[in-house]
Amino acid sequence: MREAGPEETYEMAVVRGFAISALVWGIVGMAVGLVIALQLAWPQLNVGPYFHFGRLRPVHTNVVIFGFTLGVVFAGSYYAVQRLCRARVPSDFLAHLHLWLWNLTLVAAGVTLVLGHTTSKEYAELEWPLDVAVVVMWVIYGVNFFGTIARRRERGLYASLWFFGATVLTIAMLYIFNNLERPVTFLKSYSIYAGVHDANIQWWYGHNAVGFVLTTPILGLMYYFLPRQAERPIYSHRLSIVHFWSLIFVYIWAGPHHLLFSPLPEWAQSLGTAFSVMLLLPSWGGMLNGLLTLRGAWHRVGTDPILKMFVVGLTFYGMSTFEGPMMALKTVNALSHFTNWTIAHVHAGALGWVALTCFATLYYLVPRLWHTTLWSVRLAETHFWVATLGIVLYVTPMWISGVTQGLMWRAVNADGSLTYTFADSVAAIHVYDVIRAVGGAAFLSGALLMFWNVIQTIRQGSAEIPAEAPALGASAEAEGGR
Amino acid sequence: MAFEAHRRIEANALLLSVLTMLAVAVGGLVLLIPPYLLAGTIEPIAGVAPYTALELEGRDIYIREGCSVCHSQQVRPFKTETDRYGRYSLAGENIYDRPFLWGSRRTGPDLARVGGKYPASWHWLHFHNPRDLEPRSNMPAFAFLAESELDTSGTSRKLEVLRELGHPYSDADIAGAAASASAQAATIASALRASGISLSPVEEHSETIAVIAYLETLGRAIRSEPPEKLDLGRPVDE
Repeated sequence: MREAGPEETYEMAVVRGFAISALVWGIVGMAVGLVIALQLAWPQLNVGPYFHFGRLRPVHTNVVIFGFTLGVVFAGSYYAVQRLCRARVPSDFLAHLHLWLWNLTLVAAGVTLVLGHTTSKEYAELEWPLDVAVVVMWVIYGVNFFGTIARRRERGLYASLWFFGATVLTIAMLYIFNNLERPVTFLKSYSIYAGVHDANIQWWYGHNAVGFVLTTPILGLMYYFLPRQAERPIYSHRLSIVHFWSLIFVYIWAGPHHLLFSPLPEWAQSLGTAFSVMLLLPSWGGMLNGLLTLRGAWHRVGTDPILKMFVVGLTFYGMSTFEGPMMALKTVNALSHFTNWTIAHVHAGALGWVALTCFATLYYLVPRLWHTTLWSVRLAETHFWVATLGIVLYVTPMWISGVTQGLMWRAVNADGSLTYTFADSVAAIHVYDVIRAVGGAAFLSGALLMFWNVIQTIRQGSAEIPAEAPALGASAEAEGGR
Repeated sequence: MAFEAHRRIEANALLLSVLTMLAVAVGGLVLLIPPYLLAGTIEPIAGVAPYTALELEGRDIYIREGCSVCHSQQVRPFKTETDRYGRYSLAGENIYDRPFLWGSRRTGPDLARVGGKYPASWHWLHFHNPRDLEPRSNMPAFAFLAESELDTSGTSRKLEVLRELGHPYSDADIAGAAASASAQAATIASALRASGISLSPVEEHSETIAVIAYLETLGRAIRSEPPEKLDLGRPVDE
């Protein structure tokens, strides 16, 4: 189609589309997160029927998980799978259909959630017509991903592709079974499961959405882009094998740790706890494989903001996957469940591990996609520090807040009566809600710095391959990540 | 060597995919299927009844406004929880709950036992502005619910769908859904008037009334049970 310049070997326009969309969705989702953080601190900020905490919180979670995170995963996986297989996606049309269907579904998701059309099941709030759209979109992604693999000119499949592939397959299974519902009208349905069964399947889904949207594909990104940026091979292929199979097998069992002390049968709760504790080992296997890849390249971390983000991201991954199993222990869970400790835990993983790894991936991709260099490395360095500060200012007060709530709810006087009213605990955590909002604002500011940096990078570069330069992908890029 | 054998998997996308599906299917099968089939997962509770038309509409508004984002409906078997909220939750209470609304976070207090705890007038004023009753509350005001007339044009259809899913509604329940909703709303409205609250014509048919009707159901089945029958186990200590 192009009139000048060499044709790109791989379908990169769709990667550019996902990269930009993801960044925009990230800023939208984080901004909504900041709004709802402020609403918790100052309830007067809840506005009318459409913009109060109850309706905006699912907008925040859906947009940051399925907009920002999945957008980067789609960009990174299309980029990596074509290079690792040395094959173009089977159909450019299907790749772009995926991009547009995903963006449209997100817009529809935001609108319907604000209008109050929700199933209430966490991270599965979208009503049934949107569920259908999501499944169609996902099948298209699967066809593109596995279609590229089928056309590969490389015998072995690198570890990144195992993780992306597991994501495609497992999310399909989880999403479909958790969202089985009986439509009443165009935007209202009732779950086909009731009560305890609905809870059981929801947290099988909910926990594994964390596992297969916020963990396995992020590991897929890490396995490809960290060795690339560090210019070192992955530390251990054998560790990749052990850690991949044990991670995906064990993850699925851990869902009931969301339902400890609930009416779910005891044996299921105990299985959930046992597998949650086991999950520590494969999780740390992944962390170590990433960090040890930097052997011999540690001196570069000091000057390279992308490597810094990978390193701190992996460190937060290790920390969160230690904290998670601890919170799945019944004695700890009795204190932590229903409190802000859970919010702290989620954001240590989501901001620390997921978002930093996604930022690093985008910083790696954008200059290459627009055939130029990053506009400002110093600005990216600033982004790293602002984001890290934001995480600390977010997670620390939420930990303190969660423990405070847990202790106040269980405090008893000498005669055995409850010491505090619920409202006492609400008042006690106000200050932490305020500090958390400051942390969230810092994290959002970092993303805005990145947005500016990306815009300037795109302006100085070009989607067209410069005629005098060798086509990207024709040279070193084509070697794959092995 | 096992790692040598793995090369075959790495070179065979179909085999890799099949093994991946097997690995992720096992946990789900073990955790999801037996609770469905095993007797005793759900201890029946005699007082549990399907929601009336108005209660169901109220519940759907509770879902629409995201109340379950901040309020759990799951009392854990600790003395401090049962002292604060009431009897701990049992599986049998939720057999007509599609979806379940146990929640995951207590930004506000648990509501599983809120029915009967406050008069309707308390809820009415609290929805209008929570801080009028509890200055330290950070709950959004839901005054707009009182300005919105409850739409019962689709209620029959909702009951019909739920009957298909196994809820025991009669033909009369389904046909008379709208009338039943407005009759139940009238009793709540008169209770509000008796407490000295003046209601406009819209307010007496408002969505707030439906949500109050729903909140009144929470914990109802447990309250109507004789206490000795409920002793299904001792509360565990924290």
